Formats: sequence, C-alpha cells, structure tokens
Amino acid sequence: MELEDIIKEENIVFKKTKLLNDKPLSYCPGCGHGTVHRILMETLEELGIDEQTIGIAPVGCAVMAYEFMEIDMQEAAHGRAPALATGIKRVYPNKYVFTYQGDGDLAAIGTAETMHCCNRGENILIIFINNGIYGMTGGQMAPTTLEGAKTSTSPYGRDVSTMGYPIRITELIAQLPAVRYVTRQSVHTPAAVRKAKAAIKKAFEYQAEGKQGTCFIEFLSNCNSGWKMSAVQANKWMEENTFKYYVPGDIKDNFKLLKNPIVEL
Amino acid sequence: MSELRLMKGNEALAEAAIRAGVDAYYGYPITPQSEVMEYLMAANPEKTTGMVVLQAESEVASINMVYGAAGAGKMAMTSSSSPGVSLMQEGISYIAGAELPCVVVNVVRGGPGLGTIQPSQADYFQTVKGGGHGDYKLITLAPASVQEMSDFMRLAFELAFKYRNPAMILSDGAIGQMMEKVELFDPIPRRTDEEVAQQCPWATTGRKRGTQKRVITSLRLVASVQEEFNIKLQKKYKQIQENEVRCEMIGCEDAQFVIVAYGSSARTSMKAVELARKSGLRAGLLRPQTLWPFPTKELRSLAERGVQGFLSVEMSAGQMVEDVRLAVNGRSRVEHFGRMGGVIASPSDIFEALKQFAAGEKKLF
Ligand SMILES: Cc1ncc(C[n+]2csc(CCOP(=O)(O)OP(=O)(O)O)c2C)c(N)n1
Ligand code: SF4
Repeated sequence: MELEDIIKEENIVFKKTKLLNDKPLSYCPGCGHGTVHRILMETLEELGIDEQTIGIAPVGCAVMAYEFMEIDMQEAAHGRAPALATGIKRVYPNKYVFTYQGDGDLAAIGTAETMHCCNRGENILIIFINNGIYGMTGGQMAPTTLEGAKTSTSPYGRDVSTMGYPIRITELIAQLPAVRYVTRQSVHTPAAVRKAKAAIKKAFEYQAEGKQGTCFIEFLSNCNSGWKMSAVQANKWMEENTFKYYVPGDIKDNFKLLKNPIVEL
Repeated sequence: MSELRLMKGNEALAEAAIRAGVDAYYGYPITPQSEVMEYLMAANPEKTTGMVVLQAESEVASINMVYGAAGAGKMAMTSSSSPGVSLMQEGISYIAGAELPCVVVNVVRGGPGLGTIQPSQADYFQTVKGGGHGDYKLITLAPASVQEMSDFMRLAFELAFKYRNPAMILSDGAIGQMMEKVELFDPIPRRTDEEVAQQCPWATTGRKRGTQKRVITSLRLVASVQEEFNIKLQKKYKQIQENEVRCEMIGCEDAQFVIVAYGSSARTSMKAVELARKSGLRAGLLRPQTLWPFPTKELRSLAERGVQGFLSVEMSAGQMVEDVRLAVNGRSRVEHFGRMGGVIASPSDIFEALKQFAAGEKKLF
C-alpha cells in the first residue's frame, strides 16, 4: 500500500482540536503546559461549550495561552485570575469560565484571590499547574518547591526553617465548604493524560449544573528547563519525588472529602 | 421618574449607580465611603435591575473583578478611599492598558499611610499623574455636591464607554458624608446581553465559531507593538483633552484674582469669593469638574485677559497648583493655599489668604 492510500479522510483516527491553532507553542519541549492546553481545548470542543467559554490566562509561562487557544480570553495581572473570573461569572452566570494558573501565580502572589474565590464557591474551574518552580522568570523558588530542592533563589536547597514549607494549597482549598471538586492529576504518561482529561470533563459538567461550588484541578507538571533536566529525567524525578509529597488522585468530590488531606510524610 | 431626595453623597452615588443601569459593583469597606456598598446591599438591586453587588476580599480583588466584568463588556464599578485606591493601582494600570471602560470612585481621606478618615484632596497626583505604572490617564471627575455625586456617576460611565477608558470619580470625605437635596435622574434600564454584544464587539462573551476570538490583554511583548499602542493611547488622550473638559466659572469675567478649587474646597472657596467681593476685592472662582482633562485653556485665557493672580485652594500640600502653573505659564502669579491632614480651611481662612495673596504675599500657610 502506498502512503497516499493511507492518508485519507476516512482513515483519520486522531485530529488536533480546532480550538488550538497552528502557532508553535512557546513552551519547552516536554513541558506539561502544552499537554494541558490540548486536553483542555479538546474537552471544550467535545462538550461543544467553546462558544460559551471565557478563559483567563495567568502571568507565568502560560501568559500567552490566549495566543494558542481559539476562544475568548482575558489576560490577568499576576495572581489575579480568580478575581477576573469572579467578575465575569457574576455578570454571566450561564457562561463557562476557567482560570489557568501556575504555582507562583496561584499559591504565592494570588493566594488571597484564589482562596476567597473558592470560599465563595464561584462556579468556575481553576486549573493549577504545579511545577514546583517559577518557570517564566528563570527558575526561582516557588511556594511549592520541595524541601532541599535547588533553585536559583535557593541555591543551597530549600531550607524550610527560613524559607517555609512547600505549600499543599490544594489540600487547603479542599477544606473550604463551598468547593465541590478537587483533584490532583498529571500529564506525564498517556494513561495520566486520559485520567486528567476525564477530570476536566467532569469539572465542566459540574459547572453546567449551575452555581454549586468551585472545581479545582491541580496538574503536577515538570519544568524541565527550570529543573535543569531532560524532559524524560524530569518526569522520572517528578514520579520519584513530587508524587510523594503531592500525592496524585481525587481529594474531594461533590463536597465530600475522599481522603485525609494531610498526607503523612 | 426624576425624584427629589435628601441623601448623603455616598448614598446618592450608590442610588445613581443603580439608576444608571450599572451591571456590577465590587468593593471592600473603608471609611469614609462604606455607605456606598451598604446602600447597595440594602437596596438589593439584584432583585430589581439585576445589578450584582459583591463584597470582595480586598481592593486588589475588587478592581480585578471590575477588570473581568468590564472585559466582558459590562458596566462595572468599584469604590474605595485612599489606602484602598492605592491597592488598586496595579489593576487600574492593567485596565488602562487593556482599554477597558469602568468607573472607580475615590472618596479621599487624609494620608499618607493609614492617615485620617477626615476629608482630603491629597490623592490628586495619584489620580491625574498616574498612580499605577506606565503612561496612562484616567478621566477624572470631581463632584462638589451631592447632586454631582449622582450626576457624575452616569457621566463617568458615558465617558468611560465612549473612549474605552477607566474613569475616576475623585470625591472627598466631606462630599461623601454630607447630606443635601438631590434630584435623582430617571432609571435607565440595564443593557441586555444582546445589546452588550452589539455595543462592545471587543468584549469576551464567548467566541462564536467562524468569528475572530476576542482577547483582553495589556501585554505587548514586542517593543514596536507596545509603542504603537502607546501612540494610539496618546491620540485618544488628546481627543479627550480637546472634547471633555468641564469646569464652572463664577465671577471670573471681571475678576482680578481667581481661586481655582474643586470638590469641597470649591464650596468653601465660593464663600470666600463672596466675602472678597463684599470687601471690594474683585475675586472669582474657577471650579474644574474634570481634573483630567484639566481646564488648561480656560485658565490660560483668563491669564491672557489680565487676571493678576490665581490661588489654588486644595486640602493638600499643593498638588493641582502645579497644573494651574503650567496652564498660566508665567503670565500671572500662582500660589497655593490649603490645610492638610483632614483639616478643612474655613471661608474666612481662605478669604484671609486671598487678601494676603492679593497684597503680594507668597507664603500663605
Ligand atoms: C506583580 C508581579 N510580580 C512579579 C512578576 C514577575 N513574574 C512573572 S511570572 C512569575 C512567576 C511565574 O511562576 P508560576 O506562576 O509558577 O508559573 P510558571 O511560569 O512556572 O508556569 C513572576 C514572579 C510579575 N509579572 N508581576
Ligand atoms: S520554563 Fe518550565 S514551565 Fe516554562 S515552558 Fe519551559 S518547562 Fe514549561
């Protein structure tokens, strides 16, 4: 059989979603941002809700998410995405709203906006990319950076006695009564990507049910550039280290805590 | 129906917001303007006009909620007082950079720092010279009565949407707290979602397939693109300067000395002008209703006509006086008189200062 015989419309088994354009992504190869972009846009397309969706981009590596996502979007100041989302959702309760935030954005400068948005139970989806570092600004320590981990602002390793502990903000969020769904996912293997996509779908389905509570999905991701590893090494390191402190899995569903959120070390 | 009521300035402003068809108020309590949100919460317009009223966790959050709603084409506003407005500066700069229409109200109190809850006009520089980062301008309205607290609410939104630019109502604790008769304008219905989509094609309301996506952003990474945008902003600002100056002139036709004052200072200054006239001193008052754009031309033509001196009366160490000097440009004498820290100069204090000023005195306080 010739190649031309195979490349035919009827033989297509996978197509890139129309909601991502053809611009080359600004992310490093192997970074989780690109994969989360893809499954997020695929989900909007599959649910057919893209025309009613407004996304909020953060300040961080995903600052230009709106360059790639073919939906209406707003770009927030560093950490303020949940406030923008609140502002929009309150005046358009029937539209779908999501924020997309890094760990510096969500768990440092934007902690107050994130916590209070969730405490009000804003009917939005918060997508939280936890790569344990400040990617965009070149690899400084994030609130999520693991104990002992070396970054450009913790060159001798994170010393918890002076720099504080890596924050499990997702577990804190899960404590809030107005939060409906909290899960921790990753996109480092095909199986993980499928599970992660199912979580996004569930969150939008919940959002469709009207104001009931906030949905919050954390994605453990590598920042191979910031960690100074290859993408493959970074994913392996993540499985061996990150997953022990930030344990993947569902934490809360339909307002019920599914496991003791304070994980034993 | 237009309606006559006795109200506090802050309440009149809140009522006017409902009547102007505002879609959302996001705020955080602070004296001396907490009545704005209290009035709105009690009026509960969500049940009548559908206006959203939400108490945010901070002024940082409020202004960013305003950003979100404004970016989706809705009429959104917030109000605060000096320390809270300082916290909003980041958001205001982003709003200016994303060219979003919205209204921010500052009922100014004395500073710096936590300062005092008494009235002040010391946030003039912050409002008209920037406040946040980058080259931007806020359309700034300065009400001097409870009536104007109501009227300027509607006007601020009109101007904000006309130019896709944030507008500030720069009031002060005295105007916010005092009670006066106010004629409230007839309610204007809130725009429907269809009207919003039609009037604001740039707004993020969800991209229809086959159409261009809308992006609200203030990010322009390439220097030449950013500069192009800066030039566009400056053109817009020039247009606003040419078309939107508003001021009131009283007794300026034959005045030898003109007091320049806005907000509650204009009220005490008006009395001082009356005292001066009675004493035979030909005084007048120029009251800017827009602080930016500033009535530069009006002041200049008074100077050209031969006014001997301009006395800028402000509740600050002298801020607007710099703009008066720039306008007069050396043609006549310009000085400042004012009290600070929440102290209000009485009409007789101002009259005394004016007399000294007319006699050639320089140091007035
Ligand atoms: C107010 C403010 N402070 C600091 C910055 C600089 N800054 C840009 S991105 C960033 C950190 C981003 O890290 P994170 O949120 O973890 O996202 P990532 O880049 O890792 O995806 C910082 C500190 C900024 N843009 N604004
Ligand atoms: S710097 Fe890190 S987070 Fe940013 S794109 Fe590269 S790998 Fe991803």
